[in-house]
Amino acid sequence: MSVDRALVRSIAELARLSISPQHEEAAAIELAAVLDLFEALSAAPVDALQPLSHPGDPELRLRDDVAVAGDQRNAFEVLAPAMSGGYYLVPKVIE
Amino acid sequence: MSDWEAVIGLEVHVQLLTHSKIFSSSATAYGAEPNAQANALDLAMPGTLPVMNAHAVALAVRFGLAVDAEIAQRSVFARKNYFYPDLPKGYQISQYELPIVIGGGLHIVTEDGHARYVPLTRAHLEEDAGKSVHDVFHAETGVDLNRAGTPLLEIVTDPALSNASEAVAFLKALHTLVRWLGVSDGNMQEGSFRCDANVSVRQRGAALGTRAEVKNVNSFRFVEKAIDYEIERQIRIIEAGGSVVQETRLFDAHRGETRSMRGKESAHDYRYFPDPDLPPLRIGADLIEAERARMPELPQGRARRYIESLGLSTYDAANLTTDRAVSEYFEALCAAIPGHAKLCANWVSGEWLGALNAADLGPERSPLSAARLAGLLKRIVDGSLSSKMAKQVFDALWRGDESADEISERLGLKKVSDSGALSALVDEVIAAYPAQVAQFRHGNEKVLQFFVGQVMKSSKGQADPVQLNALLRAKLA
Amino acid sequence: MSAELFTLSAQLSALSRGEISSRALTEITLERAAASQPLHNALITTLGESARSEADACDARRAQGPVGTLSGVPYAHKDLFCTAGVLTTCGSKMLSNFVPPYSAAVHESLQEAGGVLIGKANMDEFAMGSSNEHSHFGPVKNPWDLTRVPGGSSGGSAALVAARVVAFATGSDTGGSVRQPAAFCGVTGFKPTYGRVSRHGMIAYASSLDQAGVIATTVEDCARILSVVSGFDPRDSTSSNVAAIAIEPALTRSLKGLRIGRPRQWFGAGIEDGVGTAVEDALAEYVRQGATIVDIDLPASAWSIPAYYVIAPAEASSNLARFDGVRYGHRCENPRDLNDLYRRSRAEGFGHEVQRRILIGTYALSAGYYDAYYRRAQQVRRLIAEDFARAFTKVDVLAGPTSPTVAFKLGEKLADPLALYLADVNTVGVNLAGLPGVSVPCGFSNGLPVGLQLVAATWREDLLITAGHGYQQVTEWHRATPPERDHV
Repeated sequence: MSVDRALVRSIAELARLSISPQHEEAAAIELAAVLDLFEALSAAPVDALQPLSHPGDPELRLRDDVAVAGDQRNAFEVLAPAMSGGYYLVPKVIE
Repeated sequence: MSDWEAVIGLEVHVQLLTHSKIFSSSATAYGAEPNAQANALDLAMPGTLPVMNAHAVALAVRFGLAVDAEIAQRSVFARKNYFYPDLPKGYQISQYELPIVIGGGLHIVTEDGHARYVPLTRAHLEEDAGKSVHDVFHAETGVDLNRAGTPLLEIVTDPALSNASEAVAFLKALHTLVRWLGVSDGNMQEGSFRCDANVSVRQRGAALGTRAEVKNVNSFRFVEKAIDYEIERQIRIIEAGGSVVQETRLFDAHRGETRSMRGKESAHDYRYFPDPDLPPLRIGADLIEAERARMPELPQGRARRYIESLGLSTYDAANLTTDRAVSEYFEALCAAIPGHAKLCANWVSGEWLGALNAADLGPERSPLSAARLAGLLKRIVDGSLSSKMAKQVFDALWRGDESADEISERLGLKKVSDSGALSALVDEVIAAYPAQVAQFRHGNEKVLQFFVGQVMKSSKGQADPVQLNALLRAKLA
Repeated sequence: MSAELFTLSAQLSALSRGEISSRALTEITLERAAASQPLHNALITTLGESARSEADACDARRAQGPVGTLSGVPYAHKDLFCTAGVLTTCGSKMLSNFVPPYSAAVHESLQEAGGVLIGKANMDEFAMGSSNEHSHFGPVKNPWDLTRVPGGSSGGSAALVAARVVAFATGSDTGGSVRQPAAFCGVTGFKPTYGRVSRHGMIAYASSLDQAGVIATTVEDCARILSVVSGFDPRDSTSSNVAAIAIEPALTRSLKGLRIGRPRQWFGAGIEDGVGTAVEDALAEYVRQGATIVDIDLPASAWSIPAYYVIAPAEASSNLARFDGVRYGHRCENPRDLNDLYRRSRAEGFGHEVQRRILIGTYALSAGYYDAYYRRAQQVRRLIAEDFARAFTKVDVLAGPTSPTVAFKLGEKLADPLALYLADVNTVGVNLAGLPGVSVPCGFSNGLPVGLQLVAATWREDLLITAGHGYQQVTEWHRATPPERDHV
């Protein structure tokens, strides 16, 4: 499986990771090696099988619709890298 | 002139009426201070996990049953992955391949009386994102995650609507239905009912054209304008030799046009996969039966009953089944004064709704109970009060606690139908205006109203208009 | 100080008999932690002050009456369990300043039982790694040989127990991260059935594979801790409501008649000679004790590595999207715009291995590849689970080497991440199928510990306890301790 720098760049963009141009080449080689590993899956005799998402095939449990007031707001604010007037701040987004 | 047709599909995001969020137990009330209703899970703190709200599931099932859809025995929650500040986890928990509600549809009637059935593709549960504010801070965008995690039902129609009028009729019917069922409060100003329209155009008989999506239009009027504009825009582009770009657009209400959006994730690769934190949702027959058992008579069925059993007009029936509380009030009124459905309908649609609107009250907050209003209507029926008097009494009924009779007594309102007294009043007026009598006898019908007015004045408005008319004609002949 | 004091049983016994106070035991522990730290780098955070007051509180409670089952016993948490008010870094720069206001369910259980938390153990960043060389806080050194890795990702936890700093430490196991470091460090590491222990407050790597585990010196000790932290938690939708493990009967049941499966795929070409020998010796010991060995075929093993390295990174790529510099954690300086904020905060906050797995996972889920990779890997997962289920109709437990090699040298595998991935071949299938597994020390090869892996069917931790404890009753490997050192 060949992986070129353009592919690395597009995956990095999807994952919001910045990779320096120097590292793109190395990342491409690493990724290619792992993707070669994936090719083995195509030989597995699984065409008729349902995917297994949750071991044990459990059922979703439902919770009663009761609102619980939070009491950790101050603790969360302490963790915030940038906050003002109760809002989290990010660089201006133009919509 | 070429033969264009439009193909429209709608996606409506309906906020469900639950106390707590879909996966966290934070409150869902509107209007709290920024981030005051965001707990560790809503903030996507590490190690926090989603737990499904039972009532959100029940409301989705309720909706599905009301539109005759199939309720999936097994449905799966999937992660829709993308980065945006109002999406704290970096993914939205939604449903992708296996939604909870499949198919179904709604009967609609457009404003010009054209009836049709709009099939639904599906409806699924998902969580809402938070809100970004761009106009509070100078160089930054502020993020409020109170709304993040609020339960939504996304309802998707087949691309089966052909014009803006049908789209609006559908949205209104859907809006009525979700409010009727208690599934949502449908408050468009607060964002509980958000419409996106997918619009494309094609020559009749040709393949489907490229569609553009108009997002987040928050009033029926704007939806109509946006769709009309968009259809025009696409036709103009194609006729000029260009092609429509598949994109997301916003409706600019000021200019009445749709504009392309910038800034959202351009590569729409959401990398959907089943959420490993949430096993599949299984809906058993017991939950379905429970919701079926509590299903109320639905608005369209009730309107039909009003027409068929109560003899109301289509227009009246529709008016009275747009809001469940209004409809219940009407029925309580009818029960208190049986056999006078039309009278009840007039008063509910007219004076009562008018008074509610003027006082900015919802129907559940009416200070005037159906029982007390019934007391008034009975006096109209038995002839004690004229319509004009009844309106006077209504005003007092609305503002106080007295019964209609007590008010009439107090105001000295009683229809003068005693033929003797009325006859005397008529004679007085006829004697006072010989010129007008002559005009009437010469064929001037309109002058009759002059006499009616004069008798009304001298009777302080209490003359029975029907009797009065008959007496005048008899005496003026 | 007797090495015996560093088993849970010995500590509990000494505490309950009043032979030692919680405070005194905690002081000894803190001293040993301080001595170990420059050698092993096994702790990211040491909690002297709070540990002392917790210990004092235990002593006070004990004077009043009955106390919790672990009252006064010092322990460490792998640093991915949130501990309210205490730094929780996940071994990463991304969370190097993160003090959660909430605690993991596992922590709440241990606190309630009276354990004394003395520190947060070093680990591979975000639990991604098999050598504990991928920590923002530096690598952990194997107490048996300071030039070698302790295994990962729960390397710090394993090293602390091996060095007899604590009698037990918590870990997490997604593809072998409790079992493999236990094997490399000559201690016992127990991963329960998926759903046995709540994941609330446990920072997620791969949600359908992660499970909290315990590292201690004996199977019996692991079992006791496991029963404290096991149990249904409504805050975790994947948490199961099953009967508690019946520990006592499992401990007393004999090995006679135990059917042990020997999967031939676990004894493949990559197994080092010394490892193979030690494991075969262990199997021979089981036979001497009356167990029988049955040849087992697990053909789907061939695809367990590719399936794991699709599923785990895919889930991780999604789980780690929340680390974006907005609400907590590392944020880059002077972001130019939103995209820059995300990309630089994440590139600065995540180490190389984490970034690599995020890229792999993003790719595996991306448009056009989902069916071929992720969906197919989940189908393979079902095949693997069926393989195991079939095996367990014939045997009680499966046995084989936990890892193909003993602990390798620091830096040896850094240039070849793929080689490291391939070494997980015996452990990842267990996570894919959600089964319980344990690694027990079974010998040495070139002076380095070898681990024997035992795996049972879902919810059958009792069989692992019987098999593991029975073996430890008749062997001494689990008592071996690395040489005490006072310098590097």
